[in-house]
Amino acid sequence: MIRYDILKTIAPILKERLVVCNIGSPSQELYQLLDQPSNFYMFGTMGLCSSIGLGVALVQDQPVIAIDGDGSVLTNLATLSTIANNPADNFILLIVDNGSYGSTGDQPTYAGMATSLTEVARACGCRNVVECSAEETAAELEKALSSGKMTIIISKCQPGNVNVSVIDDDPVNIASRFSNSIKELNS
Amino acid sequence: MPTPTDKAILDSLVRNKIGFITSVPCKQLAGVIELVDNHEEIYHIPSNKEDEGMGLCTGAYLGGTRSAIIMQNTALGVAINSLVTLIQYYHIPLPMLISYRGEVGEKVACQVEMAIHTKPLLQQLNIPYFHFTKAEQVNGLDGILQHSQMCKKPIAILADASFWSSAS
Repeated sequence: MIRYDILKTIAPILKERLVVCNIGSPSQELYQLLDQPSNFYMFGTMGLCSSIGLGVALVQDQPVIAIDGDGSVLTNLATLSTIANNPADNFILLIVDNGSYGSTGDQPTYAGMATSLTEVARACGCRNVVECSAEETAAELEKALSSGKMTIIISKCQPGNVNVSVIDDDPVNIASRFSNSIKELNS
Repeated sequence: MPTPTDKAILDSLVRNKIGFITSVPCKQLAGVIELVDNHEEIYHIPSNKEDEGMGLCTGAYLGGTRSAIIMQNTALGVAINSLVTLIQYYHIPLPMLISYRGEVGEKVACQVEMAIHTKPLLQQLNIPYFHFTKAEQVNGLDGILQHSQMCKKPIAILADASFWSSAS
C-alpha cells in the first residue's frame, strides 16, 4: 500500500473531523479523496504540520488528526519533544512513513534507513506510540480516537504518489473555513 | 527578577486576550517569559526553534485563541519561510516580541551581525515593526497588539538594549 491507499481507508474516519494535512502530495491526495471545511491543507512550510495540529489541539476540545510524513517530521524533529511535553489528549499525530520524500520524487529519507521515528518519538517522551502497517492504520486510528489519549501512529507503507492536481483554492479561504469548522464543532 | 516593565508587557498581552504564547529564550526576555509562564490565562509553550513556534501559533489562532511569539532577532534568519508561506499567506495575526540584540549596549560582537540585517529583512518582508528604545514606549503596546489583530499580519516589536536597561 502507498500513502493514497492509506488515505482512502481512513477517509471515512476523517469525515467531519479536524484534520491538518502535510504539504504537497498528502494534501493534494486528501483534497481529491475527501475535501471538507474541517481540513487544513498546508501549502508551504514543510515540517510544521505537527506543530499546527498541536496548536489547534491545545486550545479547544475536539480531536485533531495531523497527517504528517517521515521526511517532514525529520525536518522538524524537535516537534516530538514539544508534543511529549505538552500532551493534548485530543491530538493524534499520524506519520505516514514511506521512507521517502514523496512530493519531490521519492528520494529516500533516513527514516527508511537507520533511523526509527517510533524510537525517536519514545525517546522524546511520547507515551502512546504505535507503529503499524499500512493495512492496520485505519484500525489504529479508530483505536486512538476512542482511547482519548494523545497518540502517535507511525504507519509504514511503500513510497509512491498518485497523479492528482494541485489544490485550486485560496489559503485565506482554507484557513477561514477551517476556523469556522472548529467553532461549529465546539458549539 | 521581572521588572515593572516586564509586568507592563504581560498586562498588555493579557488585556489584549493573547492566550497562547510560544517562546525561544533570550537573557533580555527572561523576566517576561517568567511572568508569561506563571500566568494562568496564558498557555505558554516553549518551542525549540522559532519556525516551530510559528506553526504552534498558527494552530492556536485557527483554534480560536490569539497567539504571540517571544524570540530574539536572530530568529528572523530561521523563520523567514514560515513568516512568508504560513503567517502571511494564510493571514495569521502574529505579534512578535523580539529582543533586538546587537544594538548599542550589546556585549556580544556576533549579535551585531544579525542586528545589521534585522530592519532591512523586516522591510523586505513587508512586516511592520516598532523599535522600542525607552521603557515608557511599552505604553504603545496595546495599540500595536490591536493593530496586528485588525490587519491579520505579523508585527515586530524590536526591544533593544537601551529599552531593557531603562526598564525599572
